[in-house]
Amino acid sequence: MTWSWDSFFEYMFSYYMLQGAWTTIWLSVVSMVIGCSLGFVAALMKMSKNPVLRGIADFYVWLWRGTPLLVQLVIIYAGLPQIGIRLGVIESAILGLAVNEGAYFAEIVRAGIMSVDRGQNDAARALGMDYRRLMRIVILPQATRVIIPPLGNQFNGMLKTSSLASVISMEELLRHAQQLAQIEFRVLEVYIVAAIGYLIMTSVWGAIQKRIEAHYDKPFGGSVQGVAAASMPR
Amino acid sequence: MDTMNDQQASTRQKTSGNAGTPSSGDLMVDARNVHKAFGDNQVLKGVTLEVCFGEVVLIAGRSGSGKSTLLRCIDHLETIDAGRIFVNGHLVGYSEENGKLVELTDKQVAFQRRDIGVVFQQFNLFPHLSVIDNITAAPVHVLGVDPEKARAEARDLLVRVDLPEKETAYPKQLSGGQQQRVAIARALAMKPKVMLFDEPTSALDPEMISEVLNVMVDLSKQGMTMIVVSHEMGFARAAADRVILMHNGQIEEDAPPTEFFDAPKSEATRQFLAKILR
Repeated sequence: MTWSWDSFFEYMFSYYMLQGAWTTIWLSVVSMVIGCSLGFVAALMKMSKNPVLRGIADFYVWLWRGTPLLVQLVIIYAGLPQIGIRLGVIESAILGLAVNEGAYFAEIVRAGIMSVDRGQNDAARALGMDYRRLMRIVILPQATRVIIPPLGNQFNGMLKTSSLASVISMEELLRHAQQLAQIEFRVLEVYIVAAIGYLIMTSVWGAIQKRIEAHYDKPFGGSVQGVAAASMPR
Repeated sequence: MDTMNDQQASTRQKTSGNAGTPSSGDLMVDARNVHKAFGDNQVLKGVTLEVCFGEVVLIAGRSGSGKSTLLRCIDHLETIDAGRIFVNGHLVGYSEENGKLVELTDKQVAFQRRDIGVVFQQFNLFPHLSVIDNITAAPVHVLGVDPEKARAEARDLLVRVDLPEKETAYPKQLSGGQQQRVAIARALAMKPKVMLFDEPTSALDPEMISEVLNVMVDLSKQGMTMIVVSHEMGFARAAADRVILMHNGQIEEDAPPTEFFDAPKSEATRQFLAKILR
């Protein structure tokens, strides 16, 4: 059995693979949105004066960053039913990916907020802003500029990491590739096509990310993206 | 003074002990025996300062003498360890319960700060907002002023600080002197009753200092109550009613400018003047 261009092109344009890719995209987006919200709340809790809130957030980040996502997914999908918590494949996949993402994103948000000059805090306070206004009007818009490059990298990572959900039979790109491989045994062709699929998705996202970063850098005339991006390996 | 104290006593509910006596009626800022330490470092060791309505007070002193800390305490940007600070008759940052200071909530402190404008050494303009948005942010979002009205007022303020053409510029595009003038306009937009200046010209190139001082002199002529931490002795002579020297966390000298420069009472003042006037 040698390389078959026919099979390659068949998979490349197969509806089944496209379906898998689409699932990868929405699974990533949904998990990212939920994960970022969780991470944002966790970051504010981590920076709170209240030791209980801080403790909860620290524990969350410690636990989820200290264990592999694959293990978390298996526990959620296959382990929890043992104590009566039964989640479907989709719910399990989203939950696992989102909660995991939140733990990473919390640190990114915290770093972003801490990167804003202390003088900004003083100036906003002196103008009579309370915590909410200070955050909304002064701190978060500036932190966003620092958060966006690593956030983009996280999403790039999410597109690829979501393939782990195939182990709990989530019908995304890799899972569909696996199934085709089991039927036709064109293993190399189908996985190369899957790889190309991921490559296309991350490349398109890369282009979008660049535009978003440029938008947030406009008032500053400069760029922090190089530094911030380099400091956030996945 | 006694009659004024009596008059004020009726308007204030909780008074107890010597430190809790009410603030005199014509005092804009009334700091009493203020103590502040950062760790083991005693920065303010019992500072008492009274500033009347419309008065312009310049505070000088070596770095580390506590002058900036005192200013920050007046706006509750720093907490205090002991003493009382009243601004416009209100105890700043705390309520007094059984002779003890209890810190106010975030919202209450924010409300108090509306009366107090602060200009910082590093300008601290909001870099993500244009000049006009810097000026209107607080009036619109804190006071609830109509955005169009706030913009009109901001334009008037930009004329006052001589920057009418910079409305749409971002802070990064302005010189230090221009940024500091925008910062003054931003503080004035809240219509404060007192303005605090924390070394407003120390971060500026020499050729930009006068443009900022001119704005400040104008402001003093319009009757604004001002406390200015600075070593600009020219400003002191031109606009200050009193000059204060802080030394090791205490007020060493408190005199009208002529007396401060020509006949200082304290040795620390003489040494300070010898250093900066050389």
